[in-house]
Amino acid sequence: MSETYIPVLLLFGVSVLNAVGMMVATHILNPRRSTPQKDMPYESGMIPLGDTRARFSVKFYMVAISFIIFDLEAIFLIPWAVEMRYLGWEGFIAVSIFVAVLVVGLIYEWKKGGLEWD
Amino acid sequence: MAEILFYVFAAIAVGGALGVVLQKNPVGSLLFMVVSLGSVAGLFVLFEAHFLAAIQVIVYAGAIMVLFLFVIMLLNLGHDYRADLRLGFWSVLAFATVGGLAGLLARQFRGAEESPIYQHFPGPAALDSLIVEQGVVGVIARPLFTDYVVAFELTGILLLVALVGAIVLAKRRV
Amino acid sequence: MEELSPTAFLISSSIKVFAVFSAAMLIVAYMTLLERRVSAFIQDRLGPNRVGPFGLLQPIADGLKNILKEETLPATANRTFFILGPMLSLIPALVTFAVIPFAAPLPTPWGVVDMIVADIPIGILYVLAFASLGVYGIFLGGWASNNKYAFLGAVRSSSQMVSYEVALGLSLIPVLMLAGNVTLTDIVWQQQLMGFWFVFPLSLAFILFVISAFAETNRLPFDLPEAESELVTGYHTEYSSMKFSMFFIAEYSHILMASALMATLFLGGWSIPFWNGANAYYHDGAWIQGFTAAGEPIPAQLAWWKTLLTLLAFAVKTGFFVLVFVWVRWTLPRFRYDQVMHLGWKVMLPTALGYLMLIAATILVLDQLAVEGFLFGFVLTVVSLLCTLGFVFFLDRDRIISGASVPPHRLTPSPVTRAESETLSPEMAARALGEQ
Repeated sequence: MSETYIPVLLLFGVSVLNAVGMMVATHILNPRRSTPQKDMPYESGMIPLGDTRARFSVKFYMVAISFIIFDLEAIFLIPWAVEMRYLGWEGFIAVSIFVAVLVVGLIYEWKKGGLEWD
Repeated sequence: MAEILFYVFAAIAVGGALGVVLQKNPVGSLLFMVVSLGSVAGLFVLFEAHFLAAIQVIVYAGAIMVLFLFVIMLLNLGHDYRADLRLGFWSVLAFATVGGLAGLLARQFRGAEESPIYQHFPGPAALDSLIVEQGVVGVIARPLFTDYVVAFELTGILLLVALVGAIVLAKRRV
Repeated sequence: MEELSPTAFLISSSIKVFAVFSAAMLIVAYMTLLERRVSAFIQDRLGPNRVGPFGLLQPIADGLKNILKEETLPATANRTFFILGPMLSLIPALVTFAVIPFAAPLPTPWGVVDMIVADIPIGILYVLAFASLGVYGIFLGGWASNNKYAFLGAVRSSSQMVSYEVALGLSLIPVLMLAGNVTLTDIVWQQQLMGFWFVFPLSLAFILFVISAFAETNRLPFDLPEAESELVTGYHTEYSSMKFSMFFIAEYSHILMASALMATLFLGGWSIPFWNGANAYYHDGAWIQGFTAAGEPIPAQLAWWKTLLTLLAFAVKTGFFVLVFVWVRWTLPRFRYDQVMHLGWKVMLPTALGYLMLIAATILVLDQLAVEGFLFGFVLTVVSLLCTLGFVFFLDRDRIISGASVPPHRLTPSPVTRAESETLSPEMAARALGEQ
């Protein structure tokens, strides 16, 4: 069945060529007259202050962790959804327990303020 | 055709993995890792493990690597950290561990055909007919929610533990 | 009609790849014109109408201008990643078009050609996989610019996309339950068999999918990553000329893809309503149109004009959603960041989880009672409609979709309420209440 992926590879190749082609075309065709002012980072006309690569808030880390956990949950539910009518009530109960465990996690995170954004 | 593609994907996977180690910039390493994981997904497709290929990209390249990206930003590791890369006791230990693991893996694969795990594997022809009968997702879903349902529930608990652990660490008053 | 030979398969696939790719690029170019013209119409302006008849050559002029303009590269930017950003944004956006079935199969002298670039067995999972890779381009672009606005835009965008990906995945699950497979051809076929577009039996899933799709494409009301009043233009502040254009092509491709997905998953894809004549599905080595009451397959009647008609039906459905994207842009104001996160994690995620368990239980009960056909779809429609009404009226509480419908007195909070005024001295209370 892996031969059905051949057009995907083709499309991938075409897309990569297109992206590279656009980059090269614009690089060849456009003028470059850079001045120190033009090459400064844009900060609404002010002289940039401080370092841009600041540390990021730990909240974003919480978002990423919650994302992984619940994305994995969704991924586990996909095979069940496809075979749900075959697996019947036994599958339903198994998945209910799985979802309930993760809902406990969601409630814990909610109560602990992991989802707050102030 | 499939054989050529196998070597192409394998070469990209190994090259990407080397890139991860050889890159000085952490963001560069991360992108090489995404490339490597993506070509492993290609290998999965060649082995008719379609669902695994999709999961490989969604979970590893699309979720776990995003977490890595966030951690790199969180620790402000965006610059080149040449100064931190010294050859010392820890790097020697790291290489020794990797070598040991590679040796173990090689030993495992050499006698794979006689090992008891291999006997359970139905073989390519049987797998093909199973995929036609149950679909690429059904092949995974039916055993997962019947024979391996305990492992499935344990995964849920593992995810819960991971979530609680992350909350405890992130919400600790320092 | 027999199957395609390997050579014919390769040739037809190549033709389809180039056709779909060119069509996608062309449609994306004209979507910019459409957006500008429709925006102008909504704001009672004319919009671009000077280049060619009705401004039809405007996208070409824009493209040429973008290639020929000077590009800037900030001195402090990380050059490699700065160039990689737009490319990594564009490639995943274009590759996803491979799995969308866009018309009924076309009979040719060499065999039947199905109108989908690649009917791969993982279908929708392939779309999810490449959609999850879209984060990298935006993040790298914003981070490599070494500009504060761009970095903030990138951070906002990546955490927003990541938050709504969960809701997007969960809203797909009820669709997969009814379709019984992950390929989009199967999803279209099950809608044809059932006689119900999934938008009716799964209306809440549709709503959740649409909201997540808006968030994933960074469109208003979720356009915080490029909020022009706060962040200049967000992650692509430092980009100019073609690189800027590439980010935009990627964004519009995402909109086109999201519209095509909504049409395919919930509006029956390329099927024409109230007409089974064009239905076709590859079943046990033959193209069939459906099943008789006894379960015997009916052979499909394929014709080139049916392919054209179904292509038109698909284009109309997709075009409708593209218009909705533009329409919403001028209807809803932008969210605040905490509202985005609140909606994603505290509203969408629990709703999607509860809804999918309810739908699963309903389907299993209906299966146990051996309910089939129209009644099956009807019961699901009623259950979903109740859920949707509940979602809109109970969870909303004037927070999410209030906007223009809020009565004027609620928009300006009174400084002192009547209950509070009782604790004040009489003359102070009179003054406070009198000023309202």
